[in-house]
Amino acid sequence: MSNTLKDPIQIRFSGAGGQGLITAGVILAEAAMMDGRNVVQTQTYGPEARLGSSRAEVIISKGTIAYPEVTLPDVLLCMSAEAAKKYGGKCTPDTVVIFDSTNIGPEFTSPGRVFRLPITETAIKVGTKVVANSVALCVLNTLVPVVPRETLAAAIAARVPSKFRELNQRAGEAGEQLAAGLMTTTA
Amino acid sequence: MSKKRLIQGNEACAHAALYAGCNFYAGYPITPSSEVMEILSYEMPKLGRTFIQMEDEIASISAIIGAAWGGAKTLTATSGPGFSLMQEGIGYASITETPCVIVNCQRWGPSTGQPTKGAQGDVMQSIWGTHGDHAIIVVTASTVRDAFDMTVKSFNFAQQYRVPVVLLMDEVLAHMRENIDWPEPGDIDVIDAKRPADVKTYKPFANDEFLPFGQGARYHITGLAHGAEGFAVSDEAAARELTRMVGKVQNHVRDLALHDRYMLDDAELAIISYGITSRPAQSAVDLLRAQGIRAGLLSLKTLWPFPDFLIDEVAERVDTIVVPELNMGQLVREIGRAANGRSQVIPVSRIDGHLLTPAQIADAAVAPFATSAGKTLGKVVRS
Repeated sequence: MSNTLKDPIQIRFSGAGGQGLITAGVILAEAAMMDGRNVVQTQTYGPEARLGSSRAEVIISKGTIAYPEVTLPDVLLCMSAEAAKKYGGKCTPDTVVIFDSTNIGPEFTSPGRVFRLPITETAIKVGTKVVANSVALCVLNTLVPVVPRETLAAAIAARVPSKFRELNQRAGEAGEQLAAGLMTTTA
Repeated sequence: MSKKRLIQGNEACAHAALYAGCNFYAGYPITPSSEVMEILSYEMPKLGRTFIQMEDEIASISAIIGAAWGGAKTLTATSGPGFSLMQEGIGYASITETPCVIVNCQRWGPSTGQPTKGAQGDVMQSIWGTHGDHAIIVVTASTVRDAFDMTVKSFNFAQQYRVPVVLLMDEVLAHMRENIDWPEPGDIDVIDAKRPADVKTYKPFANDEFLPFGQGARYHITGLAHGAEGFAVSDEAAARELTRMVGKVQNHVRDLALHDRYMLDDAELAIISYGITSRPAQSAVDLLRAQGIRAGLLSLKTLWPFPDFLIDEVAERVDTIVVPELNMGQLVREIGRAANGRSQVIPVSRIDGHLLTPAQIADAAVAPFATSAGKTLGKVVRS
């Protein structure tokens, strides 16, 4: 992993409605703001409350951010096969691409640096697939340290209802371990 | 130092309305404006202010007009389909010189269209949606902080000029979150309508002084053409009254023409934009400057009364004006008219429900250079 973080850094979360991707984008944006940086978070979704395609984007910079949407992502998270198909190709060879292998088969590829991790499966092991977004956020932030890990943990805790705080904390830790394991095996 | 907060455009709008002293909201929820209403539904009762969910948008606009005459500072928020329903009421607000604010978070249309996709298709409807010549002010916002500031300014304009004010937002800004410096009380001026010095001699339609019902004056309010006391007139008197009403905004265009400039002083090429499109437009200026093209941006916050004098200044100096819009070309017609042949005016449209990118605007800007003799700059490199 690169030690110098790009500025601005462009992050795209993609998947299906109901996977909590917009919430994940908001949490990362809040963490970056807590870290003293400027953020813009946008979203694209269909008329459906669940399923359909969903996309959240976050741009983080020490400077001002004029154009609010991602042109080419530095980090791309895909949580569904449809998202992998739609966005997998829209990146550079340097883009860190995270595929949730629970939902995305090996037939899906990307020109970026692809990491395949069973994000939803990990969330189910923690307790429920509802926390897949917390797993994904911490996978992402371990592979590309966008914000200090404590700041992200605080932002997750601040956003989720108190009775689910501990569950999401465990989900986040599981995500960190998942990514850390991959980093040692592929190093 | 004020507090930083990560908030959505719609949240900024709702809180700015409270900041401006809005104490009456009536509306009917519709994507992508619903968060404005949702937030006010729980914030206004806490402050002892009035919130009503109406049966539809016709009732909503009627309620905010009536409440304004009851002495309240009033707001409704909607999107295209609801905005269309409000048009008759907006005309009534205009002829009765009622201060009120209508927020329109634009979505792809016409009709139900694409509720969750942004657009700028309601520019002409905001200016000309109601029938007859009329006084109205139309403003826009392009950042979340702007959404806050322009909401407060919309209330100020409504109070100062006694007109309905339309704040045009769009789906992208409505749902976009940015960190903003949260305005403290006193950071932004809040202006209330002038009250008459003498209640006994008050004539409700003589000038901008505003005395609501029940405060000591007797008068008549009607959508009919009327004179200073509110009673029906016709012929020359009707023409005189309409001229006065339209003049309220047209004669103050310089006071109303809020705008931002970016790298415009030495520009040879200008982009003129408004609302969310000013964001990619600003990035397009940076892309063009990196190519050695002296580009600049005039970002219009006030769309109506149309600021001809701002276009004059630009058209006198540049050969090319690029006008990006998320519609098939609406404000570009006014800009082209005002430029009056002094500059080549190039519309850039995007109508697939997505935001124009900086590269799309920059490419459109260099296209005419690429075809003119001796100057081939080609396409802008995408970053």
